[in-house]
Amino acid sequence: MAIWLDENSRVLVQGITGSEGRKHTARMLAAGTNVVGGTNPKKAGTTVEGAPVFASVAETMEATGANVSVIFVPPAGTKTAVVEAIDAGIPLAVVITEGVPVHDSTDFWAYAISKGNTTRIIGPNCPGIASPGLSNAGIIPADITPRGRVGLVSKSGTLTYQMMFELRDFGFSTAVGIGGDPVIGTTHIDALDAFQADPDTDAIVMIGEIGGDAEERAAAHIEAHITKPVVGYVAGFTAPEGKTMGHAGAIVSGSSGTAQAKKEALEKADVRVGKTPSETARLMADIMRSL
Amino acid sequence: MDLFEHQAKALFATRGVPVPTGRTATTPEQAREIAAELGGRVVVKAQVKVGGRGKAGGVKVADGPADAQEKAGAILGMDIKGHTVHSVLVEQASDIAEEYYASFLLDRANRTFLAMASREGGVEIEEVAVTKPEALARIPIDALIGVDAAKAREIAAAAQLPEAALDGAADLLVKLWDVFVSADATLVEVNPLILTGDGHVVALDGKVTLDDNANFRHPENAALVDDSAIDPLEQKAKEKHLNYVKLEGEVGIIGNGAGLVMSTLDVVSYAGEEFGGMKPANFLDIGGGASAEVMANGLSIILSDPAVKSVFVNIFGGITACDAVANGIVSALGILGDVSTPLVVRLDGNNAVEGRRILAEANLPAVTPVDTMDGAAKLAAQLAAA
Repeated sequence: MAIWLDENSRVLVQGITGSEGRKHTARMLAAGTNVVGGTNPKKAGTTVEGAPVFASVAETMEATGANVSVIFVPPAGTKTAVVEAIDAGIPLAVVITEGVPVHDSTDFWAYAISKGNTTRIIGPNCPGIASPGLSNAGIIPADITPRGRVGLVSKSGTLTYQMMFELRDFGFSTAVGIGGDPVIGTTHIDALDAFQADPDTDAIVMIGEIGGDAEERAAAHIEAHITKPVVGYVAGFTAPEGKTMGHAGAIVSGSSGTAQAKKEALEKADVRVGKTPSETARLMADIMRSL
Repeated sequence: MDLFEHQAKALFATRGVPVPTGRTATTPEQAREIAAELGGRVVVKAQVKVGGRGKAGGVKVADGPADAQEKAGAILGMDIKGHTVHSVLVEQASDIAEEYYASFLLDRANRTFLAMASREGGVEIEEVAVTKPEALARIPIDALIGVDAAKAREIAAAAQLPEAALDGAADLLVKLWDVFVSADATLVEVNPLILTGDGHVVALDGKVTLDDNANFRHPENAALVDDSAIDPLEQKAKEKHLNYVKLEGEVGIIGNGAGLVMSTLDVVSYAGEEFGGMKPANFLDIGGGASAEVMANGLSIILSDPAVKSVFVNIFGGITACDAVANGIVSALGILGDVSTPLVVRLDGNNAVEGRRILAEANLPAVTPVDTMDGAAKLAAQLAAA
């Protein structure tokens, strides 16, 4: 088992003929992912890295049984692409695209809800999801860590890789990069619940960032619902107020949304919070050794 | 991007939101001319992107052109919470009967849009939210439906606006929503929203934040950027398409990925506590493909900051290969010539062994490779303090 992505995942790529789509299709295939096809209405009938190109998500699903879509469509077309994936009824849509206008992500989230919230959306602006040894949907490097029993949910891409690297001796069941944008589909809480229910996950690392109150809400959720051990890390303790640090979401205004407030909320929920990524990894290593 | 009040009001006007007539002036003489054109009493308002300018003396009523010139002379050049006043908005004084509050904003916690409105306007709304939460109506807006006349009336009624203001406020709210959506704003705020003596509802102030991710479909936004407030190094970085933010410390930072770089700032600050309080000098995310050119551009901006005493290059190779980064560092130092500022380099992940070998072979006197992020941060802080 793993969460949301496993050996039965059949992946299609929206935007497979673009340079990013092409590059990462090759990487996903090399990682052993079952990439069954991709879409581009103008290039249907061609292939990319051996994967057939179809005109639409619905056609790809019909022809290949695809049940995961990874979206590399540029920002101007991302909303349309996600809406198409929702309309086709795909169970999981992973939106890698960076720089999506927040009105567009709010719109496609509202659309998903109006259609019964049956498509799980991860992202936008995220590295995707990897279940090492089983499948890899997105741009997370496949060779950092083997399969294991740690679960990881993170707002940040490179910190995800850093943490996977530091804990490679233990390995991961699934690592989910949820993205740092102000409006995202899958949240820390969704991933925490899924890891709690996953028999192959023993402990969870949660990586947050300044901005918003997602970590505070996750902390309250952990206190009430999560019994597996959780270790946390929050980036941005020393970020100055009012400056955007690359991620659209990573901006602090006033007192709420600070790293300190998030750390305190997590510690109140008995989550051990590391001061640096390495210290966080050591806290998790101690827990894994004690289990 | 936050807009100045006069930019926000110009945007409001394009969608029919009623605003007072006025123009901006950068000199007292201009303020006098505008006041003469407008006739009667005018208000002279400092244009700064910060709240509390009224209390700071940045908003004054003037009786006529001569008075407007004098008031503008006092306000121009003022410092309001660290913001210098470069221009004033001179507009017709309004006959204010009552003051309200209205805004539309992104509610990220609920992943939807939110309308906020109150009968209590003209005061700090954060304070109203705390002291009289019942006076601040919060109405979620379905992104797929938006704000029509009926929804606008619901918002105005929830805010307990008086009967006399309901029609005018509802009409204004529909137009304000149009601004919010068409401009890709994450905030449009009117405080105060006023009812005039003759029964009109007017936006007396305007605050707008635009979503930079949507700039690709708003070429007109380029003209709204305020270059005067941008740090010269940030300006230079922007021209090179680098994601750079100037900070106050001594340790220059280059990394890949926003989260890792933010984390690097933290780790350097902690390490710096041991060495007289050394702090990061900047945020610089070189992103996925760290080519020699990107590395050279980044290093050259950081090294041109006189405050920088050491540099920490912190790379975790995910998609980026560390050997490419190492080659980037070697050729960047070749391009930049004689670099005396010490560089501490930590390479991990994809092809890290090869990357470290390249650095070792290049045998650059300025470069010290360190294996771990915490260890490298410590050395960088130590070198900055030396």
